[in-house]
Amino acid sequence: MTAVGRPFSQTRLPGFAPLLVIASATVMTVLVLLPLFVVFSDAFSKGIGHYLAAITEPDAVSAMKLTLLVAAIAVPLNAVFGIAAAWCIARFEFRGKGVLLTLIDLPFSMSPVVSGLVWVLLFGAQGWFGTWLIDHDVKIIFATTGLVLATILVTFPFVARELIPLMQDQGSDEEAAALTLGAGGFTTFWRITLPNIRWALLYGVLLCNARAMGEFGAVSVVSGHIRGLTTTLPLHVEVLYNDYDFVGAFAAASLLASLGLVTLVLKTGLEWRHSGELSANRRH
Amino acid sequence: MNYRPTEDIDADPASGSPLALEIRGISKSFGRFPALNNVSLHARDKEFLALLGPSGSGKTTLLRVLAGLERPDAGEVRFAGEDFLSLPVRRRRVGMVFQHYALFRHMTVAQNIAFGLTVRPRRERPSKSETADRVADLLSLVQLDGLGGRFPAQLSGGQRQRVALARALAIEPSLLLLDEPFGALDAQVRRELRRWLREVHDRAGVTTVFVTHDQEEALDLADRVAILKDGELRQLGAPNEVYAAPADAFVYDFLGAACRLPGVVEGRRLTVADWETQAPADAPQGRVEVFFRPDEVMFAPLDGAGLAGEVKAVAVRGPDVRIECLIEGRLFELESRGAVVPNGVAPGLALRVKPLKPKIYAAKA
Amino acid sequence: MSDQAILPRGLGAPLGAGGAGVGGRPRRAPWVAHSILPGFGLSLGITLVYLGAIVVLPLTALALRPWELGLDGVWRALTAPRVAAAFRLSFGLSALAALLNAPLGLLIGWTLTRYSFPGRRIMDALVDLPFALPTAVAGIALTAIYAPTAPLGHFAARFGIKTAFSPLGIFIALVFIGLPFVVRSVQPVLQELDREVEEAATTLGANAFQRAVRVILPTLAPALISGVSLAFARAVGEYGSVIFIAGNMPMRTEIAPLIIVMKLEQYDYAGAAAVGLAMVVIAFGSLLLINGLQLFLARRGRV
Repeated sequence: MTAVGRPFSQTRLPGFAPLLVIASATVMTVLVLLPLFVVFSDAFSKGIGHYLAAITEPDAVSAMKLTLLVAAIAVPLNAVFGIAAAWCIARFEFRGKGVLLTLIDLPFSMSPVVSGLVWVLLFGAQGWFGTWLIDHDVKIIFATTGLVLATILVTFPFVARELIPLMQDQGSDEEAAALTLGAGGFTTFWRITLPNIRWALLYGVLLCNARAMGEFGAVSVVSGHIRGLTTTLPLHVEVLYNDYDFVGAFAAASLLASLGLVTLVLKTGLEWRHSGELSANRRH
Repeated sequence: MNYRPTEDIDADPASGSPLALEIRGISKSFGRFPALNNVSLHARDKEFLALLGPSGSGKTTLLRVLAGLERPDAGEVRFAGEDFLSLPVRRRRVGMVFQHYALFRHMTVAQNIAFGLTVRPRRERPSKSETADRVADLLSLVQLDGLGGRFPAQLSGGQRQRVALARALAIEPSLLLLDEPFGALDAQVRRELRRWLREVHDRAGVTTVFVTHDQEEALDLADRVAILKDGELRQLGAPNEVYAAPADAFVYDFLGAACRLPGVVEGRRLTVADWETQAPADAPQGRVEVFFRPDEVMFAPLDGAGLAGEVKAVAVRGPDVRIECLIEGRLFELESRGAVVPNGVAPGLALRVKPLKPKIYAAKA
Repeated sequence: MSDQAILPRGLGAPLGAGGAGVGGRPRRAPWVAHSILPGFGLSLGITLVYLGAIVVLPLTALALRPWELGLDGVWRALTAPRVAAAFRLSFGLSALAALLNAPLGLLIGWTLTRYSFPGRRIMDALVDLPFALPTAVAGIALTAIYAPTAPLGHFAARFGIKTAFSPLGIFIALVFIGLPFVVRSVQPVLQELDREVEEAATTLGANAFQRAVRVILPTLAPALISGVSLAFARAVGEYGSVIFIAGNMPMRTEIAPLIIVMKLEQYDYAGAAAVGLAMVVIAFGSLLLINGLQLFLARRGRV
């Protein structure tokens, strides 16, 4: 291990640095990399034919479609909310801002299962609106709407949390300058604010999307696991796994793992290239 | 002491040029902190007006009120006879240069400059080629020819400052507002840009208000200087006027190096330590503070007139001579122009120091 | 608007400088400060409606629903042996996992910021893998690694250690998902650690160990605590990556979130809400506690 950029840490204990690097690499490999490797090796353990069959099977395809549909609804809504919340919180001084910020942060400290539970309490058969919904033949729990609601609750802080600190850092001088130059409110937002936050917005949307497509706990509570109808891809993985169809489960899981990897690559790329345009204090 | 302009601000017999900007009784507070307290001043057409004051004096707040970025609690602003406060920012057509420039970081220099033109309503918007011509003209006005394709991050501080100015001028403002335009630049660049800014102002023919905390800059550049402190206007006048006749002790102190000694005025008689001299007719009575500039003194032998002092050190510093002198138990750093040590001045010698233009202000209670 | 603007200052406000009691403030600030930027009403409106529908309404249901059991019933629901065991398991293992993550996260954070070695940037990116990998995927993968039939699980079993389907398996899963929180919390602080301070300590004769314990660790403490508490909070609520490896044996390897799922399957909404509310309250309470501790340490560090 040649390594070792900054000299002074090593001047006294030359053997120490490689030791720490090896220790870190070992922890990372056993704890983090091994599971990733297992997903793919188990998925292909019976050959590519089995793998392809598993991911093209009708239930798998409908699970994929449902996952895409849920994300396609939840992510744009959360993006719009994130922009609106960031605009009013980072650009205006008003009372009660702290309460808003706490509410936005809240889902991060909630169990995903609780994030599913609350919707059952509202719309489940014995929920607050349960009777009314049954009378009017509206299905939310055990239906796509419930999946969307649970996903939104779990993922909605991502965009807002990314944009708020960034916009607070940037300040409103550029927007004020645009106004003095004769731009209207909408023009200012469209041509000044949005371009300034575009990478951070993309970053937030990326994380939001990854979580939306991969969410398990919250959707598991509201789904009812109706095959081909209310199983998203992560739930599909669970169903197959509990049926001892390990190759099928890991094949579906490999799709989700790939989504995770792609997200990781894009996210890292954004961090390398546009670090100045992302918010510095990031929490996941 | 609180100076208020007593002249009739509706007409200006001296220059005869019409009033462009009238500010009357502007007050503004942030929470409990009063940033501006009943400030009234005015600027003539095409005048270059400096708002000078230490930080927290309210000068930037006043500028932001003019730009429409801040709404005053009370008062009135008229520009060319029009009620300015009722106009939203975007309709005021003020060219504002922000302290940190506020350049649009995702746009090129040319796009920055063109922005104000491209956001006009379609009917008033110049064509693409007109806009390009205008941008090219402005780029050469601010001496940045060929840099239109750069991004703000690729420019030096001085260059950014000039882009900000070009962008403000692009909308052909009738009022140009500059917030500490040289604040973020180093001394060398500052001095270069100062002359140049004055030229741009003269050529563009706009009324300009600029904020600075640098008295040298204000006195050097402006037609008139408004000196603010703690949200109040202390004095308004031409640079030579305010320098020659500061309205109060603060203004005197703020405009340049000052020596200060306590004294007493009785009738027309001023006594400072062992020095007695005639006081001007309008001098305040009783305990006073006497100010003089360290370079406006004459050295005399002990039997002459002036304050008794003892020379502690003498040093030639470039074109000036610095003379450290103990007067009344306090050490003063006096200056003598010309690299020649005045006669009779040497370390250890006792002599008399006679202030040439002492200014007398009532002592603070 | 100008008629309002030229009103003399303080008109309509109570006279006299701030006395005690109601209206003591000389000038009541409006609840929103004036700004020239447009869109406050619209953006705040969207935010409030969205937060109201997505957070406030559902959480109100969560906060109110348990009480139909009565105070007594809630207490009984929470202290039922199976539920209590699950709480002990969840909070206990989460705390242990978060504590193990402290040295692991420090080690990796330190290595990533202090040394350059081939593959450093890839390792840096991979730290976020537990965030990026959907929990169900992590869950079945970890199970596949540590199951008695799998190589690692088999290896451990030779020494009589049961990994998967035991508290140890849950612990491993919780360490896995908590690791990035600690690394990402300490990394920026390590990066910005003033080299001169360390060098000063060296010139004053401190050895590497003394520098680490007396100079670096105190600076790092608030970030480390924040990372550990985030890892803890996440672990307490974690479901997907744990549920497969846990084995879910009553009283032994049932985690608190699973109790909620179970109660819901029995249509015991109030019971489920009681457990859910308790989890939210305890998680939030411990975060507040830790925040306080962190603030205390940060303030001490500033002096």
